[in-house]
Order: sequence, then C-alpha cells, then structure tokens
Amino acid sequence: MPDIIPENSVGIVTPETLYFDEPLELACGRILPDYQLVIETYGELNSDKSNAILICHALSGHHHAAGYHSKEDQKPGWWDNHIGPGKPFDTNRFFIVSPNNLGGCHGSTGPNTTNPETGKPWGVDFPPLRVRDWVQSQARLADRLGIDQWAAVAGGSLGGMQAMRWALEYPNRLRHAIVIASAMKLSAQNIAFNEIARDAIKSDPDFRDGHFLEDNTLPRNGLALARKIGHVTYLSDQLMGNKFGRELRSGSFQQGQDTPVEFQVESYLRHQGDAFSNSFDANTYLLMTKALDYFDLAREYGNDPVKAFNHALCNFLVVSFSTDWRFAPERSQEIVKALIDANKNVSYAAIESNLGHDAFLLPNERYEHVLYAYMNRMANETPGFNQTDIVSPSEASL
Amino acid sequence: MNMRTDFDIIQQWIAPKSRVLDLACGDGTLLKNLKEAKQVEGYGLEIDPEKITAAITNTINVIETNLDAGLSQFPDNSFDTVVMTQALQVMRYPHLVLEEMLRIGEKCIVTFPNFGNWRARTSLFIHGRMPVTKQLTYQWYDTPNIHFCTVRDFESLCTERNILIKHREFVAERIPDKQIKGIWPNLFSDTAIYLLSK
Repeated sequence: MPDIIPENSVGIVTPETLYFDEPLELACGRILPDYQLVIETYGELNSDKSNAILICHALSGHHHAAGYHSKEDQKPGWWDNHIGPGKPFDTNRFFIVSPNNLGGCHGSTGPNTTNPETGKPWGVDFPPLRVRDWVQSQARLADRLGIDQWAAVAGGSLGGMQAMRWALEYPNRLRHAIVIASAMKLSAQNIAFNEIARDAIKSDPDFRDGHFLEDNTLPRNGLALARKIGHVTYLSDQLMGNKFGRELRSGSFQQGQDTPVEFQVESYLRHQGDAFSNSFDANTYLLMTKALDYFDLAREYGNDPVKAFNHALCNFLVVSFSTDWRFAPERSQEIVKALIDANKNVSYAAIESNLGHDAFLLPNERYEHVLYAYMNRMANETPGFNQTDIVSPSEASL
Repeated sequence: MNMRTDFDIIQQWIAPKSRVLDLACGDGTLLKNLKEAKQVEGYGLEIDPEKITAAITNTINVIETNLDAGLSQFPDNSFDTVVMTQALQVMRYPHLVLEEMLRIGEKCIVTFPNFGNWRARTSLFIHGRMPVTKQLTYQWYDTPNIHFCTVRDFESLCTERNILIKHREFVAERIPDKQIKGIWPNLFSDTAIYLLSK
C-alpha cells in the first residue's frame, strides 16, 4: 500500500468469519449442514440500519473489495476505485458489506475447505451452486447483521446477476438493485468460453479429477490457461492494441536473427495466468463458471423476463460499457426493456469506455458521475439518513 | 422560451396516474413535475451524459437512448402518452420519430420552436443571415437543430401522414406577440404545442 493512506481509502481492513449452523438447502437438492462466510465491512451501520449495501462479487472476486489487509499489500481490494470515504459507495454514509460467496476459495466454505464427512478437502465433491444459493446465504448474512432491508444490493457481471436474483427472491429486502455490466443469461458464446476454460483446467494432469488438494498438487498450468482465456475476453481489442500493440518483450525480427520472439501481450498474459493460478482454487473456478452458465433469470417464470421482474419491488440502476463484448450493452438493454415493460423504476447509463468488461472495476469519470448521482439520490430519499446517528460496528451484533 | 408555460399546457393534457414516455427528457424536469402533480409512471429517454446524470439526481427513470436509432424496444401502445419537447428539430428523421411516437403512445404531445416566427423571418429577409435569437442561440454550422419547421410545415406533415391534431396551443414570450399569436400563430408564436393521435 502507499506510505500514507489516501484520504479516500478505507485503509487497513480485517476480514471476519461468520459461522452458520442452520442447514442450507441448495438448488441442486443437496444440503450444506453448516458453513462459514468470510466478510469485510466498511463504514458504519446507522441506528435504524437503513444504510447497508451488499456488494456481490464476480467470478474471481472475494470479500476483499476495498482497502488493504496490511502495509505490505501491493494492491487494494478489487472495487477500491469505487468504495471508500467520498467515493461513490461512500463509507462516510453507507455501511458496505462484502462477503466471499459460498464455493469461493478465500475463506468461505468451498471446495478448498474441509468436508466434515470425510475430513478431507471438498475438492470437486463440493455441491454445485447456483446464484440463488448465494442469494439465500447472503439473506442469512443480512439476518445475522440485523439488516432487514438493504439500501442496495450491487454488483458487476456475476455480481449483477446476484443483485437481480435478490430483487426477485427477496423483493422486500432491498430498495435498490445496482446491476453493472451484467446479463439475464449468458449467450452461447459466453458458455463456450467458459467451457474452454474448464477444459483447460480438467486436462491438466495435476487436476487429478478434482482431488488435487488431497494429492498435494495444484493444476497450475490448467488454471493459468483458463485465466488467460477469460482475461482476453474481459479486455477489448482496442485496449489490448493501445496497451501492447505488437511491441516485443524480447527477440527481434531483424534479418539473420533467430532468437525467439516474445510479444509484450504474451508476457502480460503469462503473468496474469501465473498470478491467478497461485491464488485461486481450480474447483472454485469450475463451480463459479458453471453458476454463471446456469443462471437464467426468467427460466422459472416461463422464460418471460417481464413476468420475472413483476416480482421485484426495488428500483434499478443498470450500467453497461461500450466495448464490453462479454456482457455487451445489448444484454443490459434487455434487462432495461424487461423492467420498463414490467413497469419498474429503472435508470440506464451506457458508458463509453475502451476497457472492455473490466471497465466496471476501473476508474471512469462518467461511470463515477452516474454512481455518485444514484447513490446521492439513495441517501437523500432514506429517512433518518445522516452521519450523526451512526452506531459502532460492535453494536451491530456481528 | 418560457418552459413553465410549455410544461403547464402539457400537464393539462396528461391523465393522472398514466404512463408517460418523455423523449429527449433532458434533466427530467417535466417528468418530475408530472410525477408530483399527476402521479404518472414516467420514463425519460436521453442521450446527453450530463443530462442523464441530472435526471438521475431528479429521481427520474432515465434511459440512455439514441432516438435516431429507433424505438423498436417499445411495444405498440405501451404508453398512454409519449411526449417530446423542443427536440423534433434535432432528430435525424423527425417524421419517423413522430410515427414511432404514435405507434408507442395512445396519444402524443410534441412541442417545437416555430421557425415561422416573424423574428426568424426578418433575420433571413432583411439581413440574409440564418437567425440567431435568444431562444435559438446556435450558429448555422454548430447547431444541433438540423430540421427546423414552421407551424404550417408541421401541420402539413400531419395532414400528409394522417396524424390527427387533437389540440394545438401556441406560446409567445414577448409583447405584442403574446396578444396576437392566436390570430396568426405561424408568425407570432415562439413555440407550438400539439396533442396528436393516430
């Protein structure tokens, strides 16, 4: 982290682990007898508990959304651009709750935690999860924190899918759903990319049919390859052109030279893949991509998104980015159309950006203006919403 | 132009609790007024980023939309009223937008600056220059207003396209225009306001 903590950073944060001993019945029919969720919270819950925002993470995300875990941290949390004092998700005004989802690999119960029945890591035997399972576990998290109704549930990509599912499953428990760079269901192309990524993992000999932890090995190559594939789809052609072009990292095309040539983009991808394969669990990657593939907001509503959204009571903010081809603006426009046809409150901003799908994580002046305006409006419409009635987190019955 | 007069007239034509679509809604002032005065369920379409942000602040449902790309996402007769204030002249194909409005709405309200106003005519006639007025401050080369029309132009388009004019109102800002706009609207009104249906 920087030597001096910036004024708009939440600073050093410490995750907490919450245990849940009430069995959780999953969409697949299996039951998790008990589980734990690792969460981080930023800001303070006000006395009438009306200022809480749930942040839902995407495919490779986790609970560490803002601030630093220690002074040695190189990088802050994944949404630090937008969460902090004076940032759009303003921790001076809102109480931000950011869990690591079930099935994750950063401390919440998942494939890399111990299966109580066998005493071994769950591995590939961890039950398959759907977005609704996360939403259900997040509702229990809200119960635990004493939050009857979120001011907002917000997320990008797979996180946006959770926000939409919240609106349908627990319509009375959120006032706003903030759905960024998301979709009501994946396209065939999206599923195809996910399948290639899964194949990459499964074909690594060190995957050991998903039991690599028991064998004390890691399918690093497979996971790195999966990440490389995913990463390319999160960027835009334009961005990769600007950032790397055809620059060489080593070698040359000079006549008479036969040293191997490496493009900058190759080196960048290798770095991305390697870093990821050391910090992420391969089974979690399989589980998360499957949850993405299976998600279809309107499936149980006769495949009619208007019927689905008829159940929602909250207001919606939908945001897309121009060069996002993984969750293209058209997908967001489909959400908006269904919401209008269902007569729900919705605003939509189509942000110009050359950063592809990753734009939802990154700074962008217009994106921030839209978020600021929406969050201000949220704060203004909430009765009893000011800084003076804030209670300390210890009183918030964690 | 006196926006209030414009909006007051529109407000009279909107049924309470009806569903309103406002094309080029700007910062959402009209919809905000309609929400407060008539409890309408409203959506505004806008393309300008700053206006979209302002409309969000105004707690309006604002949808970023390029009207020139068509409105096929809106089903037939899905709104009670489709409104477009002071934006017909910036459309690439105003007649097609009008058709879309009539397809989507049971009725439509359109307001536009009247280019037949004597001040505009005088500018062109006496000075031989494209009019630059208090209301229309752009130079010919940088104006977003690419399809000006007069009251008579608009009404002849309605006749050609079998669009029913249910009401018309004219707004003039200055004296003597105010007093005599009713006699000769095409010469004296600054703004024309029409209630249309199929």
